[in-house]
Amino acid sequence: MPEILDRFKDPAVARMLAEKLRKLDGETVSIMEVCGTHTMAIFRYGIRSLLPESIRLVSGPGCPVCVTPVSFIDAALQLCRSKDVIITTFGDLMKVPGTGSTLTDEKRNGADVRIVYSPLDALDIAAGEPAKKVVFLSVGFETTAPVCALAVLRAKELGLHNFCLLSANKTMPQAMKVIAGDEKSNIDGFLYPGHVCAIIGTSLAEEIAREYGVPGVVTGFEPLDVLHGIISLTELIRRKENTVLNEYKRVVREEGNPTALNRLYEVFEPCDAVWRGFGAIPASGLAVRAKYSEFDAWKVFGLHEEAGREPEGCMCPMVLTGRVTPDKCRLFGKQCTPESPVGACMVSSEGTCAAYYRYGDRK
Amino acid sequence: MCLGIPGKVLKIEGKDAVAEIMGAERRISVELLKDVKTGDYVLIHAGCAIQVVDEAEALDTIKLFEELNEVANA
Amino acid sequence: MNEFITLAHGSGGKPMHELVGSLFKKYLANDLLLEGDDSARLTVQSGRLAFSTDSYVISPIFFRGGNIGKLSVCGTVNDLSTSGAAPLYLSCGFIIEEGFRVSELEEIVASMAATAAECGAKVVTGDTKVVPKGAADKLFINTSGIGIIPSDIEISGKNARPGDKVIISGTLGDHGCAVLLDREKLGIKSDIQSDCAPLSGMVRQLIDGAGSVHVLRDPTRGGLATTLNEIAQQSGVTIRLNEAALPVRLDTQGICGMLGLDPLYLANEGKMVCIVGKESADSALSILRNHKYGRDAEIIGEITDLPGNKVYLETITGGSRILDMLQIDQLPRIC
Repeated sequence: MPEILDRFKDPAVARMLAEKLRKLDGETVSIMEVCGTHTMAIFRYGIRSLLPESIRLVSGPGCPVCVTPVSFIDAALQLCRSKDVIITTFGDLMKVPGTGSTLTDEKRNGADVRIVYSPLDALDIAAGEPAKKVVFLSVGFETTAPVCALAVLRAKELGLHNFCLLSANKTMPQAMKVIAGDEKSNIDGFLYPGHVCAIIGTSLAEEIAREYGVPGVVTGFEPLDVLHGIISLTELIRRKENTVLNEYKRVVREEGNPTALNRLYEVFEPCDAVWRGFGAIPASGLAVRAKYSEFDAWKVFGLHEEAGREPEGCMCPMVLTGRVTPDKCRLFGKQCTPESPVGACMVSSEGTCAAYYRYGDRK
Repeated sequence: MCLGIPGKVLKIEGKDAVAEIMGAERRISVELLKDVKTGDYVLIHAGCAIQVVDEAEALDTIKLFEELNEVANA
Repeated sequence: MNEFITLAHGSGGKPMHELVGSLFKKYLANDLLLEGDDSARLTVQSGRLAFSTDSYVISPIFFRGGNIGKLSVCGTVNDLSTSGAAPLYLSCGFIIEEGFRVSELEEIVASMAATAAECGAKVVTGDTKVVPKGAADKLFINTSGIGIIPSDIEISGKNARPGDKVIISGTLGDHGCAVLLDREKLGIKSDIQSDCAPLSGMVRQLIDGAGSVHVLRDPTRGGLATTLNEIAQQSGVTIRLNEAALPVRLDTQGICGMLGLDPLYLANEGKMVCIVGKESADSALSILRNHKYGRDAEIIGEITDLPGNKVYLETITGGSRILDMLQIDQLPRIC
């Protein structure tokens, strides 16, 4: 198996596909890479430099950190300042600007903030510190949410009553439909996030192709996956075929992962959620169900999402909906850089602005 | 938005397993998988296996990708 | 001797002298150190001196493959080597937190002695301070070193020229990965070790055996990417790297893949970037590979005459993208 998986990085085949891509000039197409990891992969593999003029890649809102509203970070910061609370988080959130501070700043000021690789690691911390409350900052789409759900289920099983999670988890379908249904967005095709689809299957992609006439390709993340996905999608669009191709079948089944979905919806239920850049989207968020409310940090601490302020001049909302490229933002590369980010698109490691900054050729 | 890496299941211990990822090892949860056995390759995200990697499909897909290669060369 | 370091050990009186005599001088002894003056008196041939200093505050102080002491000698020895100088004399200053275990200090100093001996360098002067608990994180070490630069050598970060080849002496990111696994509780098991090593011997062989060595630099904090950007700016050239040629251990790839890290930005403490004239590249590679610290050396790129003073990575797709210097410290991530 490792040898087969390595072939998805084969340089000779990559170059052949790259040549094909280079020569794919023709009718202009606008493709949205929904997923931040695809945005990064496209830059990292140098694919941007291969695209003909007529293939336009637009970055989408599939960056959980980027679409998390400032108010969530502010709630987390408030918890940082509470007594006997240990904050556990993915590293991705550490430098996201809240109102006036970040998790990194709070940690520097003495807050107990710990990076974990898995929400399940937060349970070990809770077990080892029974006198403290351990809060896990739960962000992520359908790839991550089942793992967060598992953490709650295990906490219940193990009787870890000092563990809870602060949910900002979201689901993709509603946001995708907003974009697909937006006539101004001009997207001709979607490159679908392979790992979200590993959980939810291909039905969302098929529904969008059917209802909105926008074709898509479910794509993996290795160089050959991304190259071939863009080629296939471009050809589908130009042939006016409103279909969905699953090019990540080694991991994406049509039905997704029902076990994971089952766990996800055992713990979470849909709720309205605010997406940075989109505003409120009904039923697009995930809230902990009442039966698990003792593990719901919003309830445990009596927190509410206050309306946070978008930083002055920050164009993250326009970037996230694919309306502008980062270089059009006045703050890009000047007041807003990875070292001192103003908006989430710059601070998230896969945010569109961070990708443009890191990999783009800045004069 | 999802870093996932394939790993080989070395041994299963209840709801968890030890996986080998390119020579490094880590404990992961396999609770989200209906059927998994030692020797399977799984996609690992945030310390959890979220799907079994299907070898036959992998082979089919790589042949599809490489086909373009042959057509281009023909 | 006590089991633990106390403030008295730093106060200049009898306990300090005991510590210096029974520990530091026991391991670091040489005729110059044992003269016991406040400054070492050194006779050097005339010419140019290379002089370097670095402070070491790494945590954890013991890590897989090394410790802060070994690191402190390797770091300064390697910095001197980048000028083409053989390391001759070192100083070391210790700032020790009250309560530090003497047996651990002994292990660290023994390591330093062994490393210095490996490169023929002598520690000729030192200093010991002890600070109250909390005023330092266990142990900080500063080392400085001098060496003579042979008269016919001109090696500097400003000497890269279009046409030169870029060589790395081995695998990337080993130290950064190893220390991360030891410092953070990430639950990952691996054989990976810090590559911490004194490279003066390898560099000597390279300079003597291959002609036209233009630039030497060790890619420490910020990784290979940062070091190459520094050289690009210093020399006023653009560097093109071949991604497929970059040597990275499989388990480094696995660990970085899990955590979302890029090995090109992780620290290396036993590797050297060598930029040599095109005609010398093959023999340089061969010399490095013949040395125990250079077995995995690879030619990874070249210096171009493109404008911009940047570093580009030619990826496996044949496409190209910028490889910038490290902007902010990498953190484990899921996205």
